[in-house]
Amino acid sequence: MRKTVKGSDPVGPVSRGGAFHPLVELTLARLREFVREPEAIFWTFFFPIVLSIAMAIAFPASGSTPVRVGVEPGPASEPLRQALSGSKDITIRDVSAADELRALRDGEVHLIVVPSTPPAYRFDPAREESRVARLVVDEALKRAGGRPEPWTAREDRIAVPGSRYVDWLVPAIISLGIMNNGIWSIGFMTVTARLRKLLKRLAASPMKKSEFLMAPMLSRLVFLGPEVAVPLAFVAIAFGTPIRGSIVNIAAIAVLGAFAFGSIGLLVGSRARTFEAASGLMNATTVPMWVLSGVFFSSSNFPDAVQPVIQALPLTALVDAMRGVILEGATLAGVWDEIAILSAWTLVPFVIALRIFKWR
Amino acid sequence: MDLAVRCHDLRKRYGDVVAVDGLSLDVRRGECFGLLGPNGAGKTTTIEILEGLLAPDGGEVEVLGFRWDTHERELRQRLGIQLQETQFTDKLTVEETIRLFRSFYDRGKTIDELLSIVELESKRRSWVVKLSGGQRQRLSVACALVGDPDLLFLDEPTTGLDPQARRQLWEVLGRYRASGGSVLITTHYMDEAQVLCDRVAIVDHGRVIAEGSPKDLITSLAAPKVIVQEGTLEDVFMSLTGRHLRDD
Repeated sequence: MRKTVKGSDPVGPVSRGGAFHPLVELTLARLREFVREPEAIFWTFFFPIVLSIAMAIAFPASGSTPVRVGVEPGPASEPLRQALSGSKDITIRDVSAADELRALRDGEVHLIVVPSTPPAYRFDPAREESRVARLVVDEALKRAGGRPEPWTAREDRIAVPGSRYVDWLVPAIISLGIMNNGIWSIGFMTVTARLRKLLKRLAASPMKKSEFLMAPMLSRLVFLGPEVAVPLAFVAIAFGTPIRGSIVNIAAIAVLGAFAFGSIGLLVGSRARTFEAASGLMNATTVPMWVLSGVFFSSSNFPDAVQPVIQALPLTALVDAMRGVILEGATLAGVWDEIAILSAWTLVPFVIALRIFKWR
Repeated sequence: MDLAVRCHDLRKRYGDVVAVDGLSLDVRRGECFGLLGPNGAGKTTTIEILEGLLAPDGGEVEVLGFRWDTHERELRQRLGIQLQETQFTDKLTVEETIRLFRSFYDRGKTIDELLSIVELESKRRSWVVKLSGGQRQRLSVACALVGDPDLLFLDEPTTGLDPQARRQLWEVLGRYRASGGSVLITTHYMDEAQVLCDRVAIVDHGRVIAEGSPKDLITSLAAPKVIVQEGTLEDVFMSLTGRHLRDD
């Protein structure tokens, strides 16, 4: 019979029979599981590139997009056409009276010009592009109508790499990838293991629960390098997006972001028993941040009252910190607020997840 | 007497359903003890309470002389546990799965020794998803044996296996027992209990209705049979409850 072990210290040196430390083995297991799923690789590396290309096409890096103006076909609008066709900032489309509302709604045209004296503009002032179109059209028509110009301002047209939409977008898309990969991969792997009763089996072993929860976060780090570097290198080469911050600072922010979203992923997956429940929770977590956190348009579009909430969101913090270090060359001290917010989003959900995690 | 498991007046209910209803049993060191009974008799609930995975509503449990509320860490290091229905990660290999579990234990066998005990050396680089049912169960037992346990819990380890795969698993258990370990096994195969167990408890409706060595139970309880055929534990169950163990 074996000697009874009292207390928590093992007798003699620990031997793991050829295995590494449990945290290393748990992390390796996650990594192996991940690289053996080809779809996961696609989403991690190619999705940000595809999205960047799509954005670059939709929002050209240089020059301005002409406004699209709808004009009724027919001889009545011929003078209008002539007046408008002089401006290279205007594209004219034929839109019949019956089709006007649909064309405006779908963004096919930004503004309809009705031929009358004086002409009427039909547009939705809540749409920024429509307001721009109104100004451009108004100026073109008045100039054609012989309006005297009191003076003409000198225009300094600039296209500085770093201030274009695509440049502004790239750090946010990388952040979005960090969020999605963290929450979805960790959330789904957790629910899978719960459904397969693997979590219950692990809980029956001496495995430390905190190590099990740390492993997916560590395994995320291995792929974080390429996940950030591949799209960043792509846009730097293809669009000349400047990378002004140091690689070390960018890496530090990426790691912190991966930890924060890994931790949130664990919390989201801590109790869900079905994929449907988990998907619902993950969508409820991520979709509002897609909208609120200033990924595709500035979060300052939202009212001041909700700004404190928006600024406290982890994706807002990550996007702002990424833009800061990549586009402005900010130091870590310069994005200190964002670092504090991301650290809180790493610690708090992890501690809660550890407490409420369901192992069966 | 030195006991591997001592449990007294165990009770557990799920809502209105009483799963375990005042169950008591002792498992001696070095013996193989079988919990027998039909599906729904409370075997799995009982073994999960003994494994420290479920909290009982009432009763006392001591495993290897320890209580779960005070010595969970020590117990986890010294128990081997195989659960019903565990599915290991599909795309990890046999060796990787055993390595993972081995890493949790402070002492125990090497990965090569474990592969050889469960006869999976030839499958060491196969993904779990490619294994047969019997191979998966042997992997599950290997993961239970990684820490060189003093006591092994097995919950219906051979359910759904073909006769050859069952016999292979019995051989694995024989090797473990030869090294002096104790076993608590649940099964609804009577022949399995007769081959493996030193003593069995027959469980029905959450309580023990008979206990003893398979041979004694058969002698005392099995209905008289045609002379050429010996009684079985199946007959014991029949004479105790008037029902068959399985409805097939």
